[in-house]
Amino acid sequence: MEWSIRLVASASIIVIFLILLFVMREAATLFVSASTTATESTSSSAPSGDLVPESYDPGAADAPSSSEPEVYNPDAEEPATAEPAGEPGAPGQFIYASKNPKYPEIYNPDTGLLPADIDDVESEAETPDTLARQNVLTKLAGDSWQPVGEVPKFGLAPLLIGTAKTTIIAILIGAPLGILAALYVAFFAKRRVREFVKPAIELLAGFPSVVIGFFCLVTVASFIQDLTGVQYRLNAVVGGIGLSLAVIPIVFSIAEDALSAVPKTLREASLALGSTEWQTAYRVMLPAAAPGVFAAVLLGIGRAFGETMIAIMATGNAPLSSLSPLEPARTVAATIGSEMGEVVWGSEHYGVLFFMGVILFVFSFSLNAVTELYVKKRLIKKFQGQ
Amino acid sequence: MMQTSSSSMPLPKRLIGFFAVTIAMTAAVAVLGIILGMVGSFISNGGDGVTWSFLSEFPRNNNTEGGIWPALAGTTFLVLLMTILGVPVGTATAIYLTEFAKQDSWFARSVRFAVNTLAGVPSIVFGLFGVGFFIQFMGNGIDSWFGTTSFGDGSLLWSSATLAVLTLPVVIVAVEEALRAVPRDLREASLALGATRWQTIVKVVIPNAVTGILTGSILAVGRGAGEVAAILFVGVTYSSESIPSAVTEKFMHLGYHLFVLSTQSPDVDLTLPLQYATTLVLLGLTFLLNLTAILIRSRLRKR
Amino acid sequence: MAKDLPLKIEAHDFSFYYGAKQALHSITLGIPERRVTAFIGPSGCGKSTFLRSINRMNDLIDGTKTDGHMVVDGVDVYSKDIDVVTLRRRIGMVFQKSIPFPKSIYENITYGLTLNERPSKSDLDSIVESCLRRSALWDEVKDRLHHSALGLSGGQQQRLCIARAVAINPDILLMDEPCSALDPISTGKVEELITELKDTYTIVLVTHNMQQAARVSDFTGFFLMGSLIEFDRTRSIFTSPSKKETEDYITGRFG
Ligand SMILES: Nc1ncnc2c1ncn2[C@@H]1O[C@H](COP(=O)(O)OP(=O)(O)O)[C@@H](O)[C@H]1O
Ligand SMILES: [Mg+2]
Repeated sequence: MEWSIRLVASASIIVIFLILLFVMREAATLFVSASTTATESTSSSAPSGDLVPESYDPGAADAPSSSEPEVYNPDAEEPATAEPAGEPGAPGQFIYASKNPKYPEIYNPDTGLLPADIDDVESEAETPDTLARQNVLTKLAGDSWQPVGEVPKFGLAPLLIGTAKTTIIAILIGAPLGILAALYVAFFAKRRVREFVKPAIELLAGFPSVVIGFFCLVTVASFIQDLTGVQYRLNAVVGGIGLSLAVIPIVFSIAEDALSAVPKTLREASLALGSTEWQTAYRVMLPAAAPGVFAAVLLGIGRAFGETMIAIMATGNAPLSSLSPLEPARTVAATIGSEMGEVVWGSEHYGVLFFMGVILFVFSFSLNAVTELYVKKRLIKKFQGQ
Repeated sequence: MMQTSSSSMPLPKRLIGFFAVTIAMTAAVAVLGIILGMVGSFISNGGDGVTWSFLSEFPRNNNTEGGIWPALAGTTFLVLLMTILGVPVGTATAIYLTEFAKQDSWFARSVRFAVNTLAGVPSIVFGLFGVGFFIQFMGNGIDSWFGTTSFGDGSLLWSSATLAVLTLPVVIVAVEEALRAVPRDLREASLALGATRWQTIVKVVIPNAVTGILTGSILAVGRGAGEVAAILFVGVTYSSESIPSAVTEKFMHLGYHLFVLSTQSPDVDLTLPLQYATTLVLLGLTFLLNLTAILIRSRLRKR
Repeated sequence: MAKDLPLKIEAHDFSFYYGAKQALHSITLGIPERRVTAFIGPSGCGKSTFLRSINRMNDLIDGTKTDGHMVVDGVDVYSKDIDVVTLRRRIGMVFQKSIPFPKSIYENITYGLTLNERPSKSDLDSIVESCLRRSALWDEVKDRLHHSALGLSGGQQQRLCIARAVAINPDILLMDEPCSALDPISTGKVEELITELKDTYTIVLVTHNMQQAARVSDFTGFFLMGSLIEFDRTRSIFTSPSKKETEDYITGRFG
């Protein structure tokens, strides 16, 4: 009995691994199938019936017609892999096999090979593949993002710049507001006021991000344009403001928790030494809660760069490499959000989007690991000595 | 003689003090102002649009007229299915963490770490996970094993499953908090009467944790109702002729509907009243849910 | 009573209320300057409340109310034009549990000094040294001034808190059961310190330990259920108490 509930409890751990595994797996098509893309780009022997049903296209746009048959190439270099036959989803056939001839090996319990192993095996065996993978990396290192076109360009630089730009703006606005509001609620507000302000700000955390995005789109954008006379209505500043609205409640509630967790006796001791409430708040309580406040900012950063809807709706969503905050920007998350719906599943573009998903995951994972392992330890150390 | 008159603190210091308090207060007021401004703008621009027919009719004329009924229904189905899939797992995890795990055991710490990590993963990554795991792996797997064709594509089912995973930490944290509020004596009293651990959990702990399970579910539903990024490519659709009748169908969603209306339609200004009204409904819904949860929670904490 | 000594603190009909609950009933007494005055009495009788009324620490608790007068240096500390912050700067306080700030030893001492001024580094250094020497801590910590104060032992932490209070050069030191969490050796050191400091400061000491009161104090007040039963020279209180309750308490018949 106990072990069964223990098993269920491990769901969260399993999910983490599954996320990593399956998002990476889709991204891995990029590296594994790239060789076929590069070497036999003209081949179009893939039955188109394989592609269309799988591409999901909410816009009913004609994007799938650019289904780039060269992306998956069923006529394999390895004869061992069966030529995909029959309709997708036909009984007994795993659709993935039709897309990528190498994939069956991944599931093959006999060889026990993982995608990584395949990479290794191949890089020793086949030089073209190594080349191709370098190609993918050079593509990602390029400086422009034009995923659809004659020669698709998958340079991540504009997206990383856009993400950095909007995240920095969001944190510059959101962190001080959140921390100061937390200080006010924790130390300066009367109890009545506190009991109203705290839940009100926490309600903001429950605002759907699409609603915040909409507000920025119709109201904040016009406001900023009127204020600055800027050329582009939607730009990194508008996006950053929108993201800060998502950041504020997170920073606020974590910082407020940290500040309230500082023992009340410290406040008494400080006041007894003849310091004022504000001196106590800024010089004793805030430093004592510093690791927690730091954690609040870290998690705020995580929220800002990972947020999708606000970023799609309010930044202008143009992949420019400009550093100017008043020009449009596009974030990594927004790119996944706006392009995944139109991409051909299994294509190189698809792989790149998943690769960016891996980046987001790894980044948020690291931020969380830092807060969990480092910051909490610091906090405990701070209050227990040694 | 002791100097105790009020002017003993130097003026610049007092100015700094005034500034230090005022700036903190201003920050709080500013945040409140933004919230009120946002809500106010939605109410004043969208209030008139929220009518019975708006709630009960299908969209017409390529989403430029009519109501949001299928989006409302789709969102409801989505969060219900999500709750059914996610809350039991979340509750079980919370029960494990509070009732069974030794607090600093390796396993309990890993679970906690995973829950916190999960809470921080961007929702778009859950969307990709939905594609890679639920649709590509599970869905296609089911299709190829059972000869069906309907699972290997985005659907209500996979969207709910994706959101169930996404809201798992919300449920776990809420239920755990409720379980911790159950007094230790109660458990010990039950154990002392000769009840087994399981009997104690089922008869004593869970009944006392019902509010927590309720809060967790409500919060999860509130989160799920507003979450768009995670379901963008896992089954949501921008237009539908009917209410979904099977879990393998695609569905409309309030948040996605708002997104499509405000960014994807050819004439965005034309539908602005509809956008405001949709926003108001969506916000009203999540607002009510969150408020309920906050109220239940604060009552729980006082106890 | 010691009518001949100048009084530093005087309470006149002083009453204190936590909401509706009255914790102090019309206390009237005078605390002489540069002496150690001890308050004894069973737990919950209002000793801490009285002590915290002197520097108005009770202001921090919502819904409290006072009546009568609490006079320090001839000024009523509850009158309108009193600045609490300044009042507290002139009255140091040491708590039952040592409360070092989670900062370095050095910063703990200099905290109060740097609140309103920016003394030079050398001034600070010399004050830190002299305060630590006065509290007999210097030799123990001089090599780790910039380490966290939380690394000190309980007794050292409490002496650091005394040094920290002394650093802002108050006239009065209030100590609320400063030794109750300490072992006998540390207690001895703190008591020695108190005896040493009384030449400079007016010290008010709350203790539940009658031997301690007898050892270190010059005057003793006995509280019972919010009232001051008896106040006199310590010697008289312990040898010839005038009230039956005092005698019962001292001889250990209750409390
Ligand atoms: N913050 C408070 N709120 C309400 N009542 C209090 C508070 N602090 C102390 N009291 C009450 O006031 C009385 C005196 O307490 P206290 O001065 O702490 O006694 P002592 O220090 O002599 O043990 C006690 O009955 C106690 O319950
Ligand atoms: Mg006391």
